[in-house]
Amino acid sequence: MEFFRIKKDIPFMRHALVFNIISLTTFFLAVFFLATKGLHLSIEFTGGTVMEVGYSQTADLDKIRKQLEADGFADTQVINFGSSRDVQIRVPIKSGKESESVRISEKVGASLQAVGGEPQIKRVEFVGPQVGKELAEDGALALLLVIIGIVIYLAFRFEWRFAISAIIANLHDIIIILGFFAFFQWEFSLPVLAAVLAVLGYSVNESVVVFDRVRETFKKTRGMTTPEIIDHAITSTISRTIITHGSTQMMVVSMLVFGGPALYYFAVALTIGILFGIYSSVLVASPLLMWMGVSREHFVKPKKEKAEGVTEDGACV
Amino acid sequence: MNRNPLWKNATVIIALVLGLLYTLPNLFGEVPAVQISSVKATVKLDLRLQSRIEEALAAAAVKPTGLFFEPNSIRVRLADTDTQLKAKDVIERALNPDPADASYSVALNLLSASPDWLTSLQARPMYLGLDLRGGVHFLLEVDMKGALTKRLDSTSADLRTLLRDKNIRHGGIVREGNMLSLRFRDADSRDKARLVLTDNQPDLDLVEGQDGTDFKLIATLKPVAQKRIQEFALKQNITTLNNRINELGVAEPVIQQQGADRIVVQLPGVQDTAKAKDILGRTATLEVRLVDDEASANQSIMEQAARGQPPAGTDYYVERGGSGLLVKKQVVLTGERLTDAQAGFDSQTQEPAVHLSLDSAGARIFKDVTRDNVNKRMAILLVEKGKGEVVTAPVIRTEIGGGRVQISGRMTTTEANDVALLLRAGSLAAPMDIIEERTIGPSLGADNIAKGVNSTLWGFAAIAVFMSVYYLLFGFVSVTALSANLLFLVGLLSLLQATLTLPGIAAIALTLGMAIDANVLINERVREELRNGVTPQAAITAGYERAWSTILDANITTMIAGIALLIFGSGPVRGFAVVLCLGILTSIFSAVVVSRTIVNFIYGSRRKLESISIGQIWKPGA
Repeated sequence: MEFFRIKKDIPFMRHALVFNIISLTTFFLAVFFLATKGLHLSIEFTGGTVMEVGYSQTADLDKIRKQLEADGFADTQVINFGSSRDVQIRVPIKSGKESESVRISEKVGASLQAVGGEPQIKRVEFVGPQVGKELAEDGALALLLVIIGIVIYLAFRFEWRFAISAIIANLHDIIIILGFFAFFQWEFSLPVLAAVLAVLGYSVNESVVVFDRVRETFKKTRGMTTPEIIDHAITSTISRTIITHGSTQMMVVSMLVFGGPALYYFAVALTIGILFGIYSSVLVASPLLMWMGVSREHFVKPKKEKAEGVTEDGACV
Repeated sequence: MNRNPLWKNATVIIALVLGLLYTLPNLFGEVPAVQISSVKATVKLDLRLQSRIEEALAAAAVKPTGLFFEPNSIRVRLADTDTQLKAKDVIERALNPDPADASYSVALNLLSASPDWLTSLQARPMYLGLDLRGGVHFLLEVDMKGALTKRLDSTSADLRTLLRDKNIRHGGIVREGNMLSLRFRDADSRDKARLVLTDNQPDLDLVEGQDGTDFKLIATLKPVAQKRIQEFALKQNITTLNNRINELGVAEPVIQQQGADRIVVQLPGVQDTAKAKDILGRTATLEVRLVDDEASANQSIMEQAARGQPPAGTDYYVERGGSGLLVKKQVVLTGERLTDAQAGFDSQTQEPAVHLSLDSAGARIFKDVTRDNVNKRMAILLVEKGKGEVVTAPVIRTEIGGGRVQISGRMTTTEANDVALLLRAGSLAAPMDIIEERTIGPSLGADNIAKGVNSTLWGFAAIAVFMSVYYLLFGFVSVTALSANLLFLVGLLSLLQATLTLPGIAAIALTLGMAIDANVLINERVREELRNGVTPQAAITAGYERAWSTILDANITTMIAGIALLIFGSGPVRGFAVVLCLGILTSIFSAVVVSRTIVNFIYGSRRKLESISIGQIWKPGA
């Protein structure tokens, strides 16, 4: 079986401008939603209390809401979680009453008992405001570290033009994932952040594979223009790109279906990341590379260095 | 031409055997058990205790399926949960005849059901995080400012004694925020005091000052001393928490320092968070203060004090018996000076009593205070969350030296036990706040495991089917390599006893999904070489070799993300990062080395290889 039967190199670069316009549009849309709607951060980042309660029958959310309101929990969200018998209750943190917030879960528990229906508390999570702030900072630092690490590695392994275009392409993915989360107001939690960072590392792979081919083709052939070489590199790797992403996506779909609510948004973030990863690392990174003026000379020189045994490059023959 | 050297084959086989060996315990599951550990530092577990347990179980006709003696605990393995509960009761009764003064904690636990030879190889099942096994997680923050204030308070008491011993007159010692201010009538006594303090209190920085006609000496704690006090406070709090949690009877509690001022407490299997919180958050500290007897005898002052207006320098408390009394604000002694508290009986009256032992500094202070205040009353207070309670306010009969103090009077045996326990375990060096709490019910934990495992298995199955159909035999080899990857990963996680969380299981699934990338790269390369008209054997060699650098680059970028998460992630996300990083290592090995070994085994020795089973090779020209 062979899905991809491509006779000639597909002239991707001829349409580079179109791809970049599409990218820019989605990118700015994502930024726009991020700016206007903002992320719906989980209590891990904002601080507060989340409780998951299971009932043996369908839970009456209105009754629970009313009871909680009567007991003084005004800003509480009560929603179904996974099934109609599972309820999630979120109580935001109230400023100035930190010592009391530790006891919130017990008070809410008491209110739920008052509503009746034999609530079973499955999960309680309380995060103090100081912890939330730290988690948000740590998340940003982790993102920064990943970006710097990848740029340095690619610059060292390939060429700075490769590094810059790969990281721009993949940051654009990240912004788009965040844009989706902002637009649909999906909950942005720690596992989602982990997924976003994993996607960053993963979809850079894509650019690496194409770049590897670009380098190889530059070295092997003469008389091809840079766009032609990039077209050739993309065409000859496209089958692998799609099959790989398809396989990873199979795993992620399995998580979406079987993973339950705890893994749902994690899997959603991965799905968006994988789909846009194919597009951006191939069709965003490569035109960037072209416009940054990558050329044959950039690879002929390092080859000389290699002859002196500086680096071991398995890709060159 | 595609043959492995012997060492490579041997490496692969050894790796597979080890992977299988350390993965095995996960397949046996767990059986109920009872865990016995000591709650007192003086009570050690020994073989005599083990035989006592065996006898008790035999007497109750409970047959354990195994008994394991470890330095810190004895575990009894049982057939089912019914016998587990019965065994717990039996052992509890046998070892702790007096429930109020328990020497051992007897807790329900789970033990690996794997055979003994596996356990003796240190092959244990993966260590499940709280989100998978259920339990409570707390993050506590120690109030370091509180620790420093407390130290300053007790230092001010030390200073008073010191100055009096040296016959230096002073006009009062007061704590003002982070400093102590000492007043003197003249410069001469201030200079003397300064000399004495420099000699005896090396922790203090002294600055001279003048306030009107008063000469002042401002004492602050040196930064080094502050740091030491904070470190001590944290350690002391961890010890205290250990003691308190031992009383709870939790099988495998985790109490760890996190950062400079935080403590993580994990109590697997505990569902009653309210009780756990009560026990952890009980910031009871002991204070010994003098009773203002004159004012307490005055009816009108007492009436005013009961309405909330006690005279300056005193606090109003209601004693256990019900009568009110005024206690001086000045603290004579704090719980820091207490080394032990045991319930017992008064040697003369046979009344229930609590015997306290003080450290040397505490003993000296206590001696001085009791000498100067014979026939006056002294109050022993338990301060909990800023509110004090007078446990007892006995009359001082004689000077008490030697640091052995007995509290007696109006106490039952149970009360004496409670007070002793609270004093023993209850003294925190500094107050703590719960800043993070996570409770996961046991059913949710089991549910999370099932969901994580299901998504991994179904995803794996989908990939396996696709790969085998698309790449035929090479696809099957890739799937075998992927299974080996799973084996290595689970084996490695079990060997390292890294905490597996739900995001960790997701990371296993994700690494498998990403690991197949390497095999796709290789297979596509092999096909491409064949398409270019290379012989099958050469195509295999070239495919693996050319794909290698790409595989390495691709995995290193993911590794960078994993390491960043490892550094900055906390809790469950760290579990994700650990699995991601380990998974990348195992997947490079299995996708490249293991799959190559299998391919070489199948095709490597054939000289005239006409074709290989890697699916249809379509050529543009054809």
